[in-house]
Amino acid sequence: MNVASTSIATEAHWLLRKSSMQAMGVFLFVVLGSLWALAQDTRFVYLLVYVWFGLAYGALLQYGRFCMASAVRDLFAVKVPRMAVGVMIAVALYAVVAAIVSLAGFSTFHPNAMGWHIVIGAAIFGFGIVFTGGCASGSLYKTGEGNMNSMLVILAISFSQAIVVSASGWWDALVPRSWLDAAAVQAQNMPAELTITKGWFDIFTAGYIWGLKGTTMAEILGMAETARGIILANTLLTAILPVVLILVALYVIYYRKGYLRRSGKANPSLRDELAGMWAMCTSSRNTALAGIGLGILAGLHMYVTGALREHYDIFNFGELLVAMGYTNGLSIQDTVFDPGYWYITTQEAQWGGWIMQKLGINSMDSIFFGLDNGLPNPLLNAPGFMSIGIILGAAIMALFRREFKWKLPSWETAFFAIVGGTLMGLGARLAMGCNIGAFFATVTNGDPSGWIFLIGMTIGAYIGVKVFTWWMDWSTARKASECGL
Amino acid sequence: MAMSFNKTGDHEWELNVCGYTCPHPQMYTKKALQKIESGDVLSLKFDNPSSGESILAMCEAEGSDLIDRQDAGGSFVWKIRKA
Repeated sequence: MNVASTSIATEAHWLLRKSSMQAMGVFLFVVLGSLWALAQDTRFVYLLVYVWFGLAYGALLQYGRFCMASAVRDLFAVKVPRMAVGVMIAVALYAVVAAIVSLAGFSTFHPNAMGWHIVIGAAIFGFGIVFTGGCASGSLYKTGEGNMNSMLVILAISFSQAIVVSASGWWDALVPRSWLDAAAVQAQNMPAELTITKGWFDIFTAGYIWGLKGTTMAEILGMAETARGIILANTLLTAILPVVLILVALYVIYYRKGYLRRSGKANPSLRDELAGMWAMCTSSRNTALAGIGLGILAGLHMYVTGALREHYDIFNFGELLVAMGYTNGLSIQDTVFDPGYWYITTQEAQWGGWIMQKLGINSMDSIFFGLDNGLPNPLLNAPGFMSIGIILGAAIMALFRREFKWKLPSWETAFFAIVGGTLMGLGARLAMGCNIGAFFATVTNGDPSGWIFLIGMTIGAYIGVKVFTWWMDWSTARKASECGL
Repeated sequence: MAMSFNKTGDHEWELNVCGYTCPHPQMYTKKALQKIESGDVLSLKFDNPSSGESILAMCEAEGSDLIDRQDAGGSFVWKIRKA
């Protein structure tokens, strides 16, 4: 393909353009906000680590148009493997850095419980992302580009999760009796205010999830906490080998035919095939570079948070909040959600839950908020600031690249955003995370459950693309006289 | 805001998908490229930056040429000659 040179007006030096000044204004706002927080209490550095990593994630996500929804959706919708390749590059890099962090003893990772809930939740999540136009972090960076449709997606993800984890009603009776019985046993050792046997998500968590085991490949192979286990089992076997196999499959299915036609190789040698693989990996320079950057940063994020936990002698940010005198919104264990690495959906659930709590709807009687994650004020929600950092980082990058544009939703796109976002929220909670927390952060740290999530998400996205294509064909046929397609 | 697809001249077409987010722009582009003849030029207007990467990759795979691009202020006007 020939690509014509980009014709961008060069009337002023790029640094002096209005949009560049606005970008620097946003950056200055984050710098001043950080200094103000440190002036209140230097221990806020723990929260600021989330802010600044979020800022870097957002900038890189926007630079590489890095959205995991696109990774699975565009394979089926337009047969483009660009983003799937980018994600695999990021997984490989994150896995290597995560191995170094684990070997250094600073890993903050906890494996997810393995069970059928992952594939079902991931399929619902994957179906939803086709309609919202972005995954959980993709919606954040697109909000940073001025896309208010993506803001609607975030709102839908926030409130749907908050409702899913805390609502109780007639649907509680739909859960299996065995879960209720198991939850009742668990309830004997839990504070009564958690009402564990009330609310289907509490029953699901206590009666089903707590009976499952989360583990790493090193543990499965009996090499837990050894260097061999970390390198061979967690990194090579769980991350690098599947990445290589997926890249080969993407090349064979989506890229090889076009590449050989363009390069005129009728009988390719192994060298030609490897050159084709390399061409596929580098075909979108921005995506590949973002993948490399995100992979390295995600690993470093774990290291920095792990080192800070050691420095302050804490396991969770809640302990630091208590020490600083902030006790509102903590769980009954005095903890808050604090993964120590890139994560998206849980803090968004907390935003929704916090607003519901302020409106008088008690959400703290749920396991999700009351026992595990708390409902801190958004101004003290460290991972929440990572999400805000992603929006601001993407805004800075979009402004510098003159790609920022306020975009209001239409009725059609708003409907897709709200319905798709709600499905994403429901799916993420069932699967115990989104494409970041339940996939990206797991497979890179030796937890094979993330690949189950990817399979579920791919199935959901495939069905989603079929439904979306059907809707698009019906819609364009109905408006054929207006749109001509 | 509504998607529009029009013939603007001999072998020239215009697809406007401004206001749409993923996956609409790339899927409408694919549909439009299927509809026009080889050698025809499609003028594509969109304002969802991430769709651009997928559209570029789609053109590369099909062998279509991006013969002109105007990128500014978050809006994009690309001319694609179908292979």
